[in-house]
Amino acid sequence: MKFGIVSFPGSNCDDDAVYAATETLGLPAVKLWHKSHDLEGSDVIVLPGGFAYGDYLRAGAIARFSPIMREVAAHAQRGGPVIGICNGFQIACEAGLLPGALMRNAGLQFLSMPVTIRVENTSTRWTALCTEGQRLTMPIAHGEGRYTVDATTLERVEGEGLVVFRYVDERGEATAAANVNGSLDNIAGVRNAAGNVVGLMPHPERALDPLLGSADGRVLFESVLAAVHA
Amino acid sequence: MKSFRVSVHIVPRKGLLDPQGKAVADALHTLGFHAVGDVHVGRHLVIETAASDAAAAEGAVREMCSRLLANPVTEDFEIAGVAAS
Repeated sequence: MKFGIVSFPGSNCDDDAVYAATETLGLPAVKLWHKSHDLEGSDVIVLPGGFAYGDYLRAGAIARFSPIMREVAAHAQRGGPVIGICNGFQIACEAGLLPGALMRNAGLQFLSMPVTIRVENTSTRWTALCTEGQRLTMPIAHGEGRYTVDATTLERVEGEGLVVFRYVDERGEATAAANVNGSLDNIAGVRNAAGNVVGLMPHPERALDPLLGSADGRVLFESVLAAVHA
Repeated sequence: MKSFRVSVHIVPRKGLLDPQGKAVADALHTLGFHAVGDVHVGRHLVIETAASDAAAAEGAVREMCSRLLANPVTEDFEIAGVAAS
């Protein structure tokens, strides 16, 4: 199994994602330049964090038109696993791979801190090895992470179980205080209907080693590994 | 074909929390501008484009807004002006 990690101009977590695949899972990974039209045989695609195109216009708005995104969309359409992390989540939403959009944090501050998220849905390629209600600690680092969606789509997102992660407190409650960026319904991550595409604002690829504060991100990568081998 | 300059205002959707606008409104109140109600912070774009007439130029920019310049989930747009250039 091979990881393909998309590098946009301004991506800055692509190396972290490569590290996650190669050092943590011991799997091959290739960086895919955004101008390429070739996924180079990648089984799993990571849209990494960063500031693709300097977040010009809106975070993710320009990146979604990069040539590689057509191939990423086709891969997703075929049921191939895709994860959008932070800026990658913003790009996936702009590209229509996931419902909703990410807006400026309610408190206007860039937030760089560990958060606790609760797994709401395990019917995805990225959370299959999690248990529902499981709490994971991972860092966030974003200025525009307030998940927003129109009322009709929110009904579908909640009704069809498309919410994958919510910000919670240490007791696992989705409180207003735990909702650090003011997201609708404490939503930290969502999936598409098929469950092969997941996006989230927290960084699982930066939570792979207890030495760095948490190894809770590993279960996402182990889940996709199990899914592809299944 | 003639040249036109089309101005567009893009602002956060009505009803959505606009923390930037609120922060500016609070600052204005602090300065003594107590008559100020809501403030909305958005973007102003000026697009120079060739078109057969002003209506065509506006139509093209509307399509640009729908497809790229504004996010329909979070933003509203309005054409602020179309001028021959």
